[in-house]
Amino acid sequence: MTITKTKPAKTGYHNLCPGCGHGVIVRLIAEVFEELGVEKEAVVLGVGCSCTATPAFGAMDRFQAAHGRGTATATAIKRCRPEITLFTYQGDGDAYVIGLSETVNAAYRNENFVAVVINNNNFGMTGGQMSWTTMPGQVTETSIHGRDCGYTGEPFHLPEIISEIRGFHPAYVARGAVYDVKSINQTKKMLKNAFQAQLNNEGFSLVEILSPCPTNWHMTPLQCKEHIEDEIVKEYPLGELKVRKGEEG
Amino acid sequence: MAKELMKGNVAVAEAALRGGMDFFAGYPITPSTETLEYLSYRMDEIGRKGRFIQAENEISAINMVMGASSAGARAMTASSGPGISLKAEGFSYAARYSLPYVCLNVQRWGNGLGSLDSGQADYFRDVKGSGQGDYHRIVYAPADIQELIDSAYEAWEAAERYRIGVCIFSEAFLGQMMEAVEMPDFKKRKEPLDWGIDGTGTKGLKYLPGSGPHISAFNAEKYAKVEAEMQRWESIQTEDAEYIFVAFGLPSRVCKDAVTRLRAEGDKAGIIRPKLIWPYPWKAFEEVKAVNPHVKGFISIETNDLGQMVEDVALAAKRAGLDVPVYCYAHGPGTPGVRRVMEKYQAVTSGEEKERF
Repeated sequence: MTITKTKPAKTGYHNLCPGCGHGVIVRLIAEVFEELGVEKEAVVLGVGCSCTATPAFGAMDRFQAAHGRGTATATAIKRCRPEITLFTYQGDGDAYVIGLSETVNAAYRNENFVAVVINNNNFGMTGGQMSWTTMPGQVTETSIHGRDCGYTGEPFHLPEIISEIRGFHPAYVARGAVYDVKSINQTKKMLKNAFQAQLNNEGFSLVEILSPCPTNWHMTPLQCKEHIEDEIVKEYPLGELKVRKGEEG
Repeated sequence: MAKELMKGNVAVAEAALRGGMDFFAGYPITPSTETLEYLSYRMDEIGRKGRFIQAENEISAINMVMGASSAGARAMTASSGPGISLKAEGFSYAARYSLPYVCLNVQRWGNGLGSLDSGQADYFRDVKGSGQGDYHRIVYAPADIQELIDSAYEAWEAAERYRIGVCIFSEAFLGQMMEAVEMPDFKKRKEPLDWGIDGTGTKGLKYLPGSGPHISAFNAEKYAKVEAEMQRWESIQTEDAEYIFVAFGLPSRVCKDAVTRLRAEGDKAGIIRPKLIWPYPWKAFEEVKAVNPHVKGFISIETNDLGQMVEDVALAAKRAGLDVPVYCYAHGPGTPGVRRVMEKYQAVTSGEEKERF
């Protein structure tokens, strides 16, 4: 059997660390676009490793938003150009910490775009500081003795919040990961659901994706895989938290 | 067209719509809120529903405005005092991407929460850029509601011509009062933009990428061009004046009355009224230098506490080669009465008032 390597037409290259999940995620999004026949698309990028990933979006229209404000910017782009298939691409620090208000409010208004949030449990680009998603006891540059939840709060779960709280009616919410073939394939299905929801004008979707960070976790890529599999998914379970209307149960 | 009586905050909103504004995001704050309230139903009436957003906060509002602008909309926000400070990061981002937008500041007076008094305390912030980095915005300083309308109506052409942000520097009293005005007809953008996000990836924002000297050169050239082309002012009786008031906005109306009354009493007063405060009309001072060898000084009249524009008055005088003292009357909140301004003029002529520069 001959295996031919193909690359989605609109993707480029990236400068991220070896073992990082961003490259896989960008590729999944591009593949989903090709499979859904999306012709007009744009990405609103956050600040952090997500902007290091910028060149990976190659030929797509893009807007580098201010730190935390991606979903506000995206709200307006989609309102003005509903024909564009639009997504935000942010890290957990960007979307859940400094940009918590914007993310929650875009979900609250049920804006018709997809928020893709890469959760690697830390502020990666600035060198590995504690994020709201950092695991209990996890050593970071701002929690050198391990995260002490008594002082910092517990790990943060925005997908659960917007799926379960009264008054929020997002179209689709899921948490995926990219640490093995199975999780990658599962995440691709989630992304496809989210973008299909947007194409059908169903409203806001959030897909959080657990991503390895070998550099700041001080682990090899293989250790990262095991860490996600053994520890992180217990705190952040994978799966669909809000399924699309008509596809329940 | 017949004149109609309109409130400043409403008139500016309607004028912006007629100038082509097709996206608005804002957050309630006195004394600018009527603009938000009016647009919340008016945009619906004229078929722009969904392009009005009451944002969750001021920061989101300016980031929405940037998003809309990037997608080719004529986008606007409005606020006051602390709300504008929250937007300042956005102004800087917009400058980096050369995104045109309009921001209405219905100024209140004071630090922090400030007060609901009218004032001009935001001069330094709004005229000098506001956010991080080096940039300017075109800052209209209307003195009456008709000028407020004309500024909002024209703002889009200026913003798109230079790909620059525009600030309409209103004041609490101007936003809240009513005057008889004439509203222009609806207009549309004449030529489509050759940039913007449309999903094809073929145009994009077309701003100068990277960092380094090419950005510095681009910025220097861009702002020098606006400075050369957009200076606007009104000069009254400056040809033979001994002392010249410099004032914009509502205090300039008081100063005009003061000039008339001082002249009637034999004092040779005049006034320069900047219509835009960035770019600052230093050409007005060059005109004075060219025709009036008798000028003895300038008096900046401002409604803030410390005097802010006075620094630009001194710089403009220096640039014009006028080696005369520059005085300042910083009135604080509200608007000074004519008698108060005349007293200040007399304090200057008698030598009682000390020069600032």
